[in-house]
Amino acid sequence: MGFYGDTFLPALEMIQKEAVDYICFEDLAELTLAILQKDRQRNPAEGYTKDLVPMLRACWKEARAKGIRLITNAGGLNPRGAAEAALAVARELGIEARVAVVEGDSVLERLEEFRPFPHMETGEPLPEEVRRRALFANVYLGARPIVEALKTGADLVITGRVADAALFLAPLVYEFDWSFDDLQRMAIGTAVGHLLECSSQVTGGNHGGRWAEIPDLDRIGFPIAEVSEDGTAIITKTPDTGGRVSFDTVREQLLYEIHDPRAYATPDVVLDFSQVRLAEVGPDRVQVSGVVGHPRPERYKALLGYEDGYMGQALIGYSWPDALKKAQATEAILRRQLERMRLPLQEIRAEYLGYNSLHGPLADPAQADQLNEVYLRLTVRTSDRRAAEQVSRVMVPLALGGPPTASGFIGFDRTRALLGIWPSLIDREPVDAGVRISVLEVRT
Amino acid sequence: MKLKELAFARSSDKGNHVDIGLFAYTEEGYRLIERQITAERVAAYFAPLGIGAVERYEVPTIWALKFVIRNALDGGASRSIRADNQGKTWSGALLRMEIEPRPCEKNER
Repeated sequence: MGFYGDTFLPALEMIQKEAVDYICFEDLAELTLAILQKDRQRNPAEGYTKDLVPMLRACWKEARAKGIRLITNAGGLNPRGAAEAALAVARELGIEARVAVVEGDSVLERLEEFRPFPHMETGEPLPEEVRRRALFANVYLGARPIVEALKTGADLVITGRVADAALFLAPLVYEFDWSFDDLQRMAIGTAVGHLLECSSQVTGGNHGGRWAEIPDLDRIGFPIAEVSEDGTAIITKTPDTGGRVSFDTVREQLLYEIHDPRAYATPDVVLDFSQVRLAEVGPDRVQVSGVVGHPRPERYKALLGYEDGYMGQALIGYSWPDALKKAQATEAILRRQLERMRLPLQEIRAEYLGYNSLHGPLADPAQADQLNEVYLRLTVRTSDRRAAEQVSRVMVPLALGGPPTASGFIGFDRTRALLGIWPSLIDREPVDAGVRISVLEVRT
Repeated sequence: MKLKELAFARSSDKGNHVDIGLFAYTEEGYRLIERQITAERVAAYFAPLGIGAVERYEVPTIWALKFVIRNALDGGASRSIRADNQGKTWSGALLRMEIEPRPCEKNER
């Protein structure tokens, strides 16, 4: 899986077809920990990605029977809680289970040890007013603790925050007994992990190229890497599924979210893709080579998330004729009303869905007068939750008291908490000293 | 012509930065984008969206350019109030740039 909320059915298909030895489930985007923190505040037993439970219910029994091991960062902010939930599933399924838990990525309770927790880009020390609003602070651990967890014989490994690619590198290190000093193997193993970690984004999903030619997205397959001890690596997907693995889909994912392709830093190795070779060696099979590895960074990357106000939003749509003009008139009305309400707003933003909500000032103005319909989306930023909620309601009376042809779909009351992100680079030793691996079991 | 005829793109966020991969369909296309789609041009193009510095990287073995657009998302996806808070559609905006199909002719004459 590629994020919290992704479908696990393609993973089940992989198990049924016995296409793999390991399946890695990557569940934690940058924002996910903020969602999990709210869950944990409500219930201390939570704080992990809850779709772990239905995934295990559907997949675990058959995976165990076929000797397929599962590795996931679904533990989020509470890996032990996730393991307890997993054991409950094992009892329910009537299977024996051995779950290894990796803990120690959270440093929220230990921030003092890592002062000044400087900002990764500016070097600025963590301000006290940001620290006070911190919701989580987690280190991106590497593959080492996952390898240790695999050595316990666990058939399910649950971690908190780890580098996404490390989930995939770990079973290769474990199976082939690769050395962490072998930069070439670390590089190809991590590159493979990077290609797989966004699930169907490498098998034809979200493909910017000739996307309409990608077959059967309704049953898109998840990616598989076939890796040999010598570091030969082929990216493919579950047999007889939709989607495609090609030069185009693989190169597109290779450069995804990595910044400088000559220096993509992960906890285990720094990758250089500048000489990469991708060869289509069969239908839906692409061989990856030429990835160069440099020694791992001196420090770990950590990410602290903090409360940073609220977003209120409201939505209203108008039809032809003059759809855009009507929506613009409504924006002007709302701005005057909000000013009169004297709400403590830091930012008011108007976007026109169907016209410029995505590209803003870069949208093509040529069609502005001929649009069939336009929605005004008005958003505000405020430090006051109630102010945000009020904004969501001001739109409603405009159905009768504003410009004509307003649609019935109005209001859109969804206030959202905003989250600030403070990335830092911190010393490895105290982090590593706090990493713990434990094993929990169910025996029948 | 539009860049869309020669290349495709995918974009996303990393912290407060937008990261765009641009992939030419052919080697000849790569030579064109490599010459014409400079960091300076991309910076000027996206300037109305309120951005910081633009870096460009080349990966010629896969006919690709990589653009990193700094400080482009009002503090990052999780604190932005934009409809496209992750910059996922900036790839599409980039593909609307104009590109000259045969830029070499002038030099050759």
